[in-house]
Amino acid sequence: MTTSKIIDSAGFKRTVNRLAHEVVENHKGVENLVIVGIRTRGEFLARRLATTIGEIEGSSVPVGILDITMYRDDLRGRLDQPQLKSTEILFDITGKVLILVDDVLFTGRTIRAALNAIMDIGRPSLIELMVLIDRGHREIPIKADFVGKNVPTSPRQEIKVKMREVDDDDAVYLVNLDETSKEEKR
Amino acid sequence: MKLQSRHLLGLEGMSKDELTLILDTAVSFREILDRPIKKVPPLQGKTVVNLFFESSTRTRISFELAERRLSADVVSFTAAASSVSKGETLKDTARNIEAMKIDMVVVRHAAPGSAHFLSKVVDANVINAGDGGHEHPTQGLLDMYTLREKFGALEGLRVCIVGDITHSRVARSNIYGLLTMGAEVSVCGPETLIPRELEKFGVQVYHHLEEVIPKVDALNVLRVQLERQKSGLFPSLREYHRFFGVTKEKVSRAPKPITIMHPGPINRDVELSADLADSEHSVILQQVTNGVAIRMAVLYLLGTTN
Repeated sequence: MTTSKIIDSAGFKRTVNRLAHEVVENHKGVENLVIVGIRTRGEFLARRLATTIGEIEGSSVPVGILDITMYRDDLRGRLDQPQLKSTEILFDITGKVLILVDDVLFTGRTIRAALNAIMDIGRPSLIELMVLIDRGHREIPIKADFVGKNVPTSPRQEIKVKMREVDDDDAVYLVNLDETSKEEKR
Repeated sequence: MKLQSRHLLGLEGMSKDELTLILDTAVSFREILDRPIKKVPPLQGKTVVNLFFESSTRTRISFELAERRLSADVVSFTAAASSVSKGETLKDTARNIEAMKIDMVVVRHAAPGSAHFLSKVVDANVINAGDGGHEHPTQGLLDMYTLREKFGALEGLRVCIVGDITHSRVARSNIYGLLTMGAEVSVCGPETLIPRELEKFGVQVYHHLEEVIPKVDALNVLRVQLERQKSGLFPSLREYHRFFGVTKEKVSRAPKPITIMHPGPINRDVELSADLADSEHSVILQQVTNGVAIRMAVLYLLGTTN
Protein backbone atom coordinates (compact mmCIF):
# COMPACT_ATOMS: atom_id res chain seq x y z
CA MET A 1 0.00 0.00 0.00
CA THR A 2 1.41 3.39 -1.00
CA THR A 3 0.07 6.77 -0.04
CA SER A 4 0.63 10.20 -1.58
CA LYS A 5 -0.57 13.55 -0.34
CA ILE A 6 -2.45 15.37 -3.10
CA ILE A 7 -3.69 18.34 -1.08
CA ASP A 8 -1.89 19.75 1.96
CA SER A 9 -3.32 21.95 4.66
CA ALA A 10 -2.60 25.25 2.84
CA GLY A 11 -4.07 23.83 -0.38
CA PHE A 12 -7.11 22.65 1.57
CA LYS A 13 -7.77 26.17 2.79
CA ARG A 14 -7.34 27.68 -0.69
CA THR A 15 -9.74 25.13 -2.16
CA VAL A 16 -12.45 25.83 0.42
CA ASN A 17 -11.93 29.58 -0.20
CA ARG A 18 -12.34 29.18 -3.92
CA LEU A 19 -15.46 27.01 -3.54
CA ALA A 20 -16.99 29.62 -1.23
CA HIS A 21 -16.31 32.37 -3.76
CA GLU A 22 -17.77 30.28 -6.57
CA VAL A 23 -21.02 29.77 -4.65
CA VAL A 24 -21.34 33.46 -3.83
CA GLU A 25 -20.54 34.47 -7.42
CA ASN A 26 -22.98 31.97 -8.95
CA HIS A 27 -25.83 33.00 -6.70
CA LYS A 28 -24.96 36.71 -6.61
CA GLY A 29 -24.97 36.67 -2.82
CA VAL A 30 -26.29 34.44 -0.09
CA GLU A 31 -29.96 35.33 0.01
CA ASN A 32 -32.11 32.20 0.40
CA LEU A 33 -28.98 30.03 0.58
CA VAL A 34 -28.64 27.11 2.99
CA ILE A 35 -25.79 24.62 3.28
CA VAL A 36 -26.26 20.97 4.23
CA GLY A 37 -23.31 18.66 4.85
CA ILE A 38 -23.42 14.87 4.75
CA ARG A 39 -22.02 13.20 7.87
CA THR A 40 -19.18 12.97 8.79
CA ARG A 41 -16.70 15.09 6.85
CA GLY A 42 -19.32 16.77 4.69
CA GLU A 43 -20.57 18.35 7.90
CA PHE A 44 -17.21 19.93 8.70
CA LEU A 45 -16.74 21.06 5.10
CA ALA A 46 -20.21 22.64 5.20
CA ARG A 47 -19.37 24.53 8.39
CA ARG A 48 -16.07 25.83 7.00
CA LEU A 49 -17.75 26.83 3.79
CA ALA A 50 -20.44 28.72 5.71
CA THR A 51 -17.82 30.49 7.81
CA THR A 52 -15.87 31.53 4.70
CA ILE A 53 -19.01 32.69 2.90
CA GLY A 54 -19.96 34.63 6.03
CA GLU A 55 -16.59 36.40 5.93
CA ILE A 56 -16.96 37.23 2.23
CA GLU A 57 -20.54 38.46 2.36
CA GLY A 58 -20.80 39.63 5.96
CA SER A 59 -23.97 37.63 6.60
CA SER A 60 -24.44 34.17 8.03
CA VAL A 61 -25.71 31.12 6.17
CA PRO A 62 -27.66 28.34 7.97
CA VAL A 63 -25.84 25.00 8.15
CA GLY A 64 -27.54 21.61 8.54
CA ILE A 65 -26.23 18.08 8.94
CA LEU A 66 -27.68 15.14 7.05
CA ASP A 67 -27.34 11.51 8.15
CA ILE A 68 -28.12 9.27 5.19
CA THR A 69 -27.75 5.87 6.91
CA MET A 70 -31.44 5.00 6.65
CA TYR A 71 -31.49 5.81 2.95
CA ARG A 72 -28.51 3.66 1.97
CA ASP A 73 -29.18 1.09 -0.73
CA ASP A 74 -26.83 -1.39 0.98
CA LEU A 75 -28.33 -1.07 4.47
CA ARG A 76 -29.36 -4.69 4.68
CA GLY A 77 -26.56 -6.29 2.67
CA ARG A 78 -23.82 -5.31 5.09
CA LEU A 79 -22.49 -7.47 7.87
CA ASP A 80 -21.67 -4.59 10.16
CA GLN A 81 -24.55 -2.33 10.99
CA PRO A 82 -23.76 1.31 10.28
CA GLN A 83 -24.19 3.57 13.31
CA LEU A 84 -27.30 5.68 12.89
CA LYS A 85 -26.83 9.35 13.79
CA SER A 86 -29.20 12.28 13.81
CA THR A 87 -30.09 14.59 10.98
CA GLU A 88 -29.88 18.13 12.30
CA ILE A 89 -31.52 20.56 9.93
CA LEU A 90 -33.10 23.07 12.26
CA PHE A 91 -34.54 25.37 9.59
CA ASP A 92 -37.11 25.07 6.84
CA ILE A 93 -35.51 24.06 3.55
CA THR A 94 -38.65 24.47 1.43
CA GLY A 95 -38.16 27.14 -1.23
CA LYS A 96 -34.46 27.51 -0.39
CA VAL A 97 -31.34 27.15 -2.52
CA LEU A 98 -29.64 24.18 -0.89
CA ILE A 99 -25.95 23.45 -1.36
CA LEU A 100 -25.36 19.79 -0.55
CA VAL A 101 -21.77 19.18 0.59
CA ASP A 102 -19.72 15.99 0.78
CA ASP A 103 -16.02 15.21 0.84
CA VAL A 104 -15.64 12.64 -1.95
CA LEU A 105 -17.88 11.94 -4.94
CA PHE A 106 -17.41 8.33 -6.09
CA THR A 107 -20.27 6.03 -7.19
CA GLY A 108 -22.90 8.69 -6.58
CA ARG A 109 -24.96 6.38 -4.36
CA THR A 110 -24.47 8.47 -1.23
CA ILE A 111 -25.75 11.52 -3.10
CA ARG A 112 -28.78 9.58 -4.35
CA ALA A 113 -29.53 8.64 -0.73
CA ALA A 114 -29.00 12.24 0.39
CA LEU A 115 -31.38 13.58 -2.27
CA ASN A 116 -34.11 11.20 -1.10
CA ALA A 117 -33.48 12.16 2.52
CA ILE A 118 -33.74 15.86 1.62
CA MET A 119 -37.02 15.33 -0.23
CA ASP A 120 -38.46 13.74 2.92
CA ILE A 121 -37.62 16.85 4.89
CA GLY A 122 -38.83 19.54 2.48
CA ARG A 123 -38.82 20.88 -1.05
CA PRO A 124 -35.91 23.19 -1.84
CA SER A 125 -36.35 25.33 -4.96
CA LEU A 126 -32.86 24.28 -6.10
CA ILE A 127 -30.30 21.73 -4.93
CA GLU A 128 -26.67 21.96 -5.97
CA LEU A 129 -23.88 19.54 -5.16
CA MET A 130 -20.46 20.52 -3.92
CA VAL A 131 -17.65 18.03 -3.32
CA LEU A 132 -14.06 18.45 -2.28
CA ILE A 133 -12.85 15.57 -4.48
CA ASP A 134 -14.45 13.99 -7.53
CA ARG A 135 -12.72 10.65 -8.10
CA GLY A 136 -14.92 9.36 -10.92
CA HIS A 137 -16.44 5.85 -11.30
CA ARG A 138 -20.06 6.93 -11.12
CA GLU A 139 -22.65 4.14 -10.95
CA ILE A 140 -25.69 6.40 -11.22
CA PRO A 141 -26.18 9.62 -13.21
CA ILE A 142 -25.07 12.28 -10.72
CA LYS A 143 -22.82 15.26 -11.34
CA ALA A 144 -21.34 17.85 -9.00
CA ASP A 145 -21.90 21.60 -9.54
CA PHE A 146 -18.84 22.67 -7.54
CA VAL A 147 -15.70 20.54 -7.40
CA GLY A 148 -12.63 21.22 -5.29
CA LYS A 149 -10.37 18.93 -7.31
CA ASN A 150 -10.92 16.28 -9.95
CA VAL A 151 -8.75 13.26 -9.18
CA PRO A 152 -8.87 10.51 -11.80
CA THR A 153 -8.47 7.24 -9.91
CA SER A 154 -8.40 3.56 -10.63
CA PRO A 155 -10.71 1.20 -8.71
CA ARG A 156 -7.61 -0.02 -6.86
CA GLN A 157 -7.08 3.39 -5.37
CA GLU A 158 -8.80 5.17 -2.56
CA ILE A 159 -9.16 8.79 -1.50
CA LYS A 160 -8.66 9.65 2.17
CA VAL A 161 -9.80 13.06 3.33
CA LYS A 162 -8.50 14.19 6.69
CA MET A 163 -9.95 17.15 8.54
CA ARG A 164 -8.78 18.85 11.71
CA GLU A 165 -12.18 18.42 13.39
CA VAL A 166 -11.72 14.64 13.57
CA ASP A 167 -8.18 13.99 12.33
CA ASP A 168 -4.82 15.54 13.16
CA ASP A 169 -4.57 17.73 10.04
CA ASP A 170 -6.30 18.96 6.89
CA ALA A 171 -5.12 16.88 3.94
CA VAL A 172 -6.20 14.67 1.07
CA TYR A 173 -4.35 11.42 0.30
CA LEU A 174 -4.41 9.10 -2.67
CA VAL A 175 -3.98 5.54 -1.44
CA ASN A 176 -2.93 2.66 -3.72
CA LEU A 177 -4.49 -0.51 -2.37
CA ASP A 178 -3.10 -3.92 -3.13
CA GLU A 179 -5.41 -6.58 -4.56
CA THR A 180 -6.32 -8.31 -1.30
CA SER A 181 -7.26 -5.26 0.70
CA LYS A 182 -9.39 -4.07 -2.22
CA GLU A 183 -11.32 -7.32 -2.07
CA GLU A 184 -11.88 -6.80 1.64
CA LYS A 185 -13.24 -3.35 0.98
CA ARG A 186 -15.79 -4.49 -1.53
CA MET B 1 -21.66 -2.39 17.81
CA LYS B 2 -24.83 -4.35 17.30
CA LEU B 3 -27.38 -6.24 19.36
CA GLN B 4 -26.37 -9.74 20.42
CA SER B 5 -29.76 -11.32 19.81
CA ARG B 6 -32.02 -11.37 16.74
CA HIS B 7 -34.96 -10.86 19.09
CA LEU B 8 -35.93 -8.44 21.82
CA LEU B 9 -37.46 -10.66 24.49
CA GLY B 10 -36.51 -8.80 27.67
CA LEU B 11 -34.02 -6.39 29.18
CA GLU B 12 -32.71 -9.05 31.57
CA GLY B 13 -29.23 -10.00 30.50
CA MET B 14 -28.76 -7.17 27.99
CA SER B 15 -25.50 -5.30 28.35
CA LYS B 16 -25.06 -1.62 29.06
CA ASP B 17 -23.62 -1.20 25.55
CA GLU B 18 -26.66 -2.79 23.94
CA LEU B 19 -29.11 -0.67 25.95
CA THR B 20 -27.07 2.43 25.12
CA LEU B 21 -27.12 1.53 21.41
CA ILE B 22 -30.92 1.34 21.45
CA LEU B 23 -31.29 4.59 23.40
CA ASP B 24 -28.82 6.42 21.12
CA THR B 25 -30.49 5.07 17.98
CA ALA B 26 -33.85 6.27 19.30
CA VAL B 27 -32.52 9.84 19.46
CA SER B 28 -32.28 9.85 15.65
CA PHE B 29 -35.83 8.58 15.33
CA ARG B 30 -37.14 11.06 17.90
CA GLU B 31 -36.01 13.85 15.56
CA ILE B 32 -37.97 12.32 12.66
CA LEU B 33 -41.20 12.52 14.70
CA ASP B 34 -40.95 16.32 14.68
CA ARG B 35 -40.70 16.52 10.90
CA PRO B 36 -43.61 17.34 8.61
CA ILE B 37 -43.01 14.04 6.77
CA LYS B 38 -42.58 11.41 9.47
CA LYS B 39 -41.51 8.56 7.26
CA VAL B 40 -38.14 6.99 6.44
CA PRO B 41 -37.34 3.97 4.25
CA PRO B 42 -35.13 1.46 6.13
CA LEU B 43 -37.70 -1.34 6.50
CA GLN B 44 -39.07 -1.03 2.97
CA GLY B 45 -40.16 -4.47 1.78
CA LYS B 46 -40.22 -5.98 5.28
CA THR B 47 -43.47 -7.33 6.68
CA VAL B 48 -44.24 -7.03 10.37
CA VAL B 49 -47.10 -8.82 12.10
CA ASN B 50 -48.47 -7.51 15.37
CA LEU B 51 -49.83 -10.46 17.31
CA PHE B 52 -51.88 -9.05 20.18
CA PHE B 53 -53.47 -11.80 22.26
CA GLU B 54 -54.16 -9.30 25.04
CA SER B 55 -55.91 -5.95 24.81
CA SER B 56 -53.75 -2.88 24.36
CA THR B 57 -54.28 0.56 22.91
CA ARG B 58 -51.09 2.50 23.46
CA THR B 59 -48.55 -0.21 22.81
CA ARG B 60 -50.27 -1.47 19.70
CA ILE B 61 -50.78 1.92 18.13
CA SER B 62 -47.23 2.85 19.07
CA PHE B 63 -45.78 -0.26 17.41
CA GLU B 64 -47.96 0.18 14.32
CA LEU B 65 -46.92 3.80 13.92
CA ALA B 66 -43.27 2.88 14.43
CA GLU B 67 -43.50 0.13 11.80
CA ARG B 68 -45.27 2.33 9.25
CA ARG B 69 -42.89 5.21 9.79
CA LEU B 70 -40.04 2.87 8.90
CA SER B 71 -41.94 1.95 5.70
CA ALA B 72 -42.62 -1.66 6.71
CA ASP B 73 -45.76 -3.47 5.60
CA VAL B 74 -47.90 -4.06 8.66
CA VAL B 75 -50.54 -6.63 9.54
CA SER B 76 -52.24 -6.45 12.90
CA PHE B 77 -54.01 -9.22 14.66
CA THR B 78 -56.24 -9.18 17.72
CA ALA B 79 -57.16 -12.36 19.52
CA ALA B 80 -60.86 -11.61 19.77
CA ALA B 81 -61.37 -11.55 16.00
CA SER B 82 -59.24 -14.57 15.15
CA SER B 83 -58.98 -18.33 15.14
CA VAL B 84 -57.68 -18.20 18.71
CA SER B 85 -61.34 -18.09 19.69
CA LYS B 86 -61.66 -21.36 17.75
CA GLY B 87 -59.00 -22.98 19.93
CA GLU B 88 -55.86 -22.66 17.79
CA THR B 89 -52.61 -22.81 19.76
CA LEU B 90 -50.06 -19.98 19.88
CA LYS B 91 -47.56 -22.11 18.00
CA ASP B 92 -49.99 -22.96 15.20
CA THR B 93 -51.19 -19.38 14.88
CA ALA B 94 -47.61 -18.11 14.65
CA ARG B 95 -46.39 -20.77 12.23
CA ASN B 96 -49.37 -20.27 9.95
CA ILE B 97 -48.79 -16.54 9.86
CA GLU B 98 -45.10 -17.12 9.22
CA ALA B 99 -45.96 -19.40 6.31
CA MET B 100 -47.30 -16.23 4.68
CA LYS B 101 -43.66 -14.98 4.50
CA ILE B 102 -43.29 -12.37 7.17
CA ASP B 103 -40.08 -10.93 8.61
CA MET B 104 -40.85 -9.73 12.13
CA VAL B 105 -43.39 -10.53 14.84
CA VAL B 106 -44.44 -8.24 17.67
CA VAL B 107 -46.21 -10.27 20.33
CA ARG B 108 -48.31 -9.44 23.38
CA HIS B 109 -49.61 -12.40 25.35
CA ALA B 110 -50.90 -13.10 28.86
CA ALA B 111 -48.50 -16.02 29.37
CA PRO B 112 -45.02 -15.24 30.74
CA GLY B 113 -42.40 -16.65 28.38
CA SER B 114 -44.66 -16.60 25.33
CA ALA B 115 -42.24 -14.37 23.40
CA HIS B 116 -39.32 -16.72 24.21
CA PHE B 117 -41.41 -19.63 23.07
CA LEU B 118 -42.32 -17.93 19.79
CA SER B 119 -38.69 -17.05 19.09
CA LYS B 120 -37.92 -20.79 19.14
CA VAL B 121 -40.69 -21.87 16.77
CA VAL B 122 -40.53 -19.14 14.10
CA ASP B 123 -37.67 -17.80 11.95
CA ALA B 124 -38.85 -14.18 12.13
CA ASN B 125 -37.39 -11.62 14.55
CA VAL B 126 -39.56 -11.59 17.67
CA ILE B 127 -40.22 -8.48 19.73
CA ASN B 128 -41.86 -8.88 23.11
CA ALA B 129 -44.65 -6.33 23.60
CA GLY B 130 -45.53 -7.71 27.04
CA ASP B 131 -45.68 -11.33 28.18
CA GLY B 132 -47.86 -11.69 31.24
CA GLY B 133 -46.12 -10.56 34.41
CA HIS B 134 -42.67 -11.17 32.94
CA GLU B 135 -41.28 -8.32 30.85
CA HIS B 136 -42.28 -5.39 28.68
CA PRO B 137 -38.88 -4.40 27.29
CA THR B 138 -39.91 -1.52 25.01
CA GLN B 139 -41.75 0.10 27.94
CA GLY B 140 -38.63 -0.22 30.09
CA LEU B 141 -36.56 1.30 27.28
CA LEU B 142 -38.93 4.21 26.71
CA ASP B 143 -38.97 4.95 30.44
CA MET B 144 -35.16 4.98 30.45
CA TYR B 145 -35.12 7.15 27.33
CA THR B 146 -37.50 9.64 28.95
CA LEU B 147 -35.41 9.76 32.13
CA ARG B 148 -32.18 10.17 30.17
CA GLU B 149 -33.75 12.95 28.10
CA LYS B 150 -34.87 14.74 31.25
CA PHE B 151 -31.80 14.22 33.44
CA GLY B 152 -29.02 13.77 30.87
CA ALA B 153 -27.78 10.45 32.27
CA LEU B 154 -29.06 7.36 34.06
CA GLU B 155 -25.95 6.68 36.09
CA GLY B 156 -26.68 7.44 39.74
CA LEU B 157 -30.23 8.57 39.02
CA ARG B 158 -32.63 7.64 41.85
CA VAL B 159 -35.85 6.11 40.57
CA CYS B 160 -38.64 4.60 42.62
CA ILE B 161 -41.29 2.35 41.11
CA VAL B 162 -44.56 2.62 42.99
CA GLY B 163 -47.36 0.08 43.07
CA ASP B 164 -47.93 -3.59 42.34
CA ILE B 165 -44.40 -4.80 41.65
CA THR B 166 -45.16 -8.53 41.83
CA HIS B 167 -47.51 -8.59 38.86
CA SER B 168 -45.82 -5.87 36.83
CA ARG B 169 -43.85 -6.56 33.66
CA VAL B 170 -43.19 -2.82 33.43
CA ALA B 171 -41.52 -2.91 36.85
CA ARG B 172 -39.40 -5.93 35.90
CA SER B 173 -38.13 -4.42 32.67
CA ASN B 174 -37.41 -1.12 34.39
CA ILE B 175 -35.53 -2.80 37.23
CA TYR B 176 -33.32 -4.87 34.89
CA GLY B 177 -32.63 -1.97 32.55
CA LEU B 178 -32.07 0.75 35.12
CA LEU B 179 -29.78 -1.39 37.28
CA THR B 180 -27.66 -2.26 34.22
CA MET B 181 -27.40 1.44 33.37
CA GLY B 182 -26.18 2.23 36.87
CA ALA B 183 -29.29 3.90 38.32
CA GLU B 184 -30.36 3.50 41.96
CA VAL B 185 -33.67 1.67 41.88
CA SER B 186 -36.19 1.39 44.69
CA VAL B 187 -39.75 0.14 44.85
CA CYS B 188 -42.64 1.14 47.08
CA GLY B 189 -45.95 -0.64 47.59
CA PRO B 190 -48.06 -2.79 49.92
CA GLU B 191 -46.21 -5.83 51.30
CA THR B 192 -48.64 -8.11 49.48
CA LEU B 193 -47.60 -6.67 46.13
CA ILE B 194 -43.82 -6.71 46.44
CA PRO B 195 -41.87 -9.92 45.71
CA ARG B 196 -39.81 -11.30 48.57
CA GLU B 197 -36.06 -10.96 48.46
CA LEU B 198 -36.16 -8.22 45.85
CA GLU B 199 -33.33 -6.58 47.82
CA LYS B 200 -31.00 -9.30 46.56
CA PHE B 201 -31.16 -7.69 43.10
CA GLY B 202 -29.88 -4.46 44.59
CA VAL B 203 -33.31 -2.82 44.79
CA GLN B 204 -34.32 -0.96 47.95
CA VAL B 205 -37.81 -1.79 49.20
CA TYR B 206 -40.12 0.72 50.90
CA HIS B 207 -43.65 0.44 52.19
CA HIS B 208 -44.24 4.11 52.93
CA LEU B 209 -44.21 6.79 50.24
CA GLU B 210 -43.31 9.45 52.83
CA GLU B 211 -40.08 7.60 53.47
CA VAL B 212 -38.95 7.27 49.85
CA ILE B 213 -40.13 10.59 48.38
CA PRO B 214 -37.30 12.71 49.84
CA LYS B 215 -34.73 10.26 48.40
CA VAL B 216 -35.64 10.11 44.70
CA ASP B 217 -35.43 12.08 41.46
CA ALA B 218 -38.32 10.32 39.71
CA LEU B 219 -41.33 8.22 40.57
CA ASN B 220 -42.60 5.66 38.07
CA VAL B 221 -46.19 5.11 39.19
CA LEU B 222 -47.70 1.81 38.08
CA ARG B 223 -51.33 1.30 37.25
CA VAL B 224 -53.42 -0.44 39.88
CA GLN B 225 -54.80 -3.48 38.16
CA LEU B 226 -58.34 -3.33 39.42
CA GLU B 227 -58.74 -7.10 39.19
CA ARG B 228 -56.07 -7.54 41.91
CA GLN B 229 -58.40 -6.10 44.50
CA LYS B 230 -60.78 -9.00 43.99
CA SER B 231 -58.01 -11.45 44.89
CA GLY B 232 -57.68 -9.70 48.26
CA LEU B 233 -54.18 -8.29 47.82
CA PHE B 234 -55.32 -4.88 49.01
CA PRO B 235 -58.56 -3.98 50.76
CA SER B 236 -60.00 -1.09 48.74
CA LEU B 237 -59.08 1.50 46.12
CA ARG B 238 -59.74 4.23 48.67
CA GLU B 239 -57.30 2.72 51.07
CA TYR B 240 -54.75 2.15 48.31
CA HIS B 241 -55.04 5.78 47.30
CA ARG B 242 -54.59 6.92 50.86
CA PHE B 243 -51.36 5.01 51.42
CA PHE B 244 -49.83 4.56 47.97
CA GLY B 245 -51.61 7.14 45.81
CA VAL B 246 -49.04 9.69 44.62
CA THR B 247 -50.46 13.17 45.22
CA LYS B 248 -49.24 16.75 44.97
CA GLU B 249 -49.37 17.02 48.72
CA LYS B 250 -47.13 13.98 49.26
CA VAL B 251 -44.50 14.94 46.67
CA SER B 252 -44.44 18.53 47.93
CA ARG B 253 -42.38 17.25 50.88
CA ALA B 254 -39.47 16.47 48.59
CA PRO B 255 -36.54 18.91 48.68
CA LYS B 256 -36.79 19.41 44.90
CA PRO B 257 -39.49 18.66 42.30
CA ILE B 258 -39.88 14.97 41.48
CA THR B 259 -40.45 13.82 37.91
CA ILE B 260 -43.62 11.76 37.55
CA MET B 261 -43.92 8.86 35.11
CA HIS B 262 -46.77 6.45 34.43
CA PRO B 263 -46.97 3.72 31.79
CA GLY B 264 -50.72 4.29 31.28
CA PRO B 265 -53.60 3.87 31.28
CA ILE B 266 -54.01 6.01 34.42
CA ASN B 267 -56.66 5.41 37.05
CA ARG B 268 -56.96 9.08 37.96
CA ASP B 269 -57.01 9.75 41.68
CA VAL B 270 -56.27 6.12 42.49
CA GLU B 271 -52.53 5.54 42.03
CA LEU B 272 -51.87 9.08 40.83
CA SER B 273 -53.77 12.29 41.52
CA ALA B 274 -55.16 14.03 38.45
CA ASP B 275 -53.53 17.40 39.22
CA LEU B 276 -50.10 15.75 39.46
CA ALA B 277 -50.60 13.74 36.27
CA ASP B 278 -51.27 17.00 34.42
CA SER B 279 -48.58 19.02 36.18
CA GLU B 280 -45.37 20.42 34.72
CA HIS B 281 -43.35 17.70 36.46
CA SER B 282 -45.24 14.93 34.72
CA VAL B 283 -43.52 13.41 31.65
CA ILE B 284 -46.32 10.98 30.89
CA LEU B 285 -47.05 12.30 27.41
CA GLN B 286 -43.33 12.53 26.58
CA GLN B 287 -43.19 8.83 27.48
CA VAL B 288 -45.82 8.13 24.85
CA THR B 289 -44.02 10.12 22.15
CA ASN B 290 -40.67 8.59 23.05
CA GLY B 291 -42.30 5.15 22.89
CA VAL B 292 -42.68 5.49 19.13
CA ALA B 293 -39.02 6.50 18.75
CA ILE B 294 -37.84 3.60 20.93
CA ARG B 295 -39.91 1.08 18.97
CA MET B 296 -38.59 2.49 15.70
CA ALA B 297 -35.06 2.05 17.04
CA VAL B 298 -35.67 -1.56 18.08
CA LEU B 299 -37.38 -2.45 14.80
CA TYR B 300 -34.60 -0.75 12.85
CA LEU B 301 -31.77 -2.44 14.73
CA LEU B 302 -33.33 -5.92 14.50
CA GLY B 303 -34.70 -5.51 10.98
CA THR B 304 -31.51 -4.30 9.32
CA THR B 305 -29.05 -6.71 10.95
CA ASN B 306 -28.10 -9.81 9.02
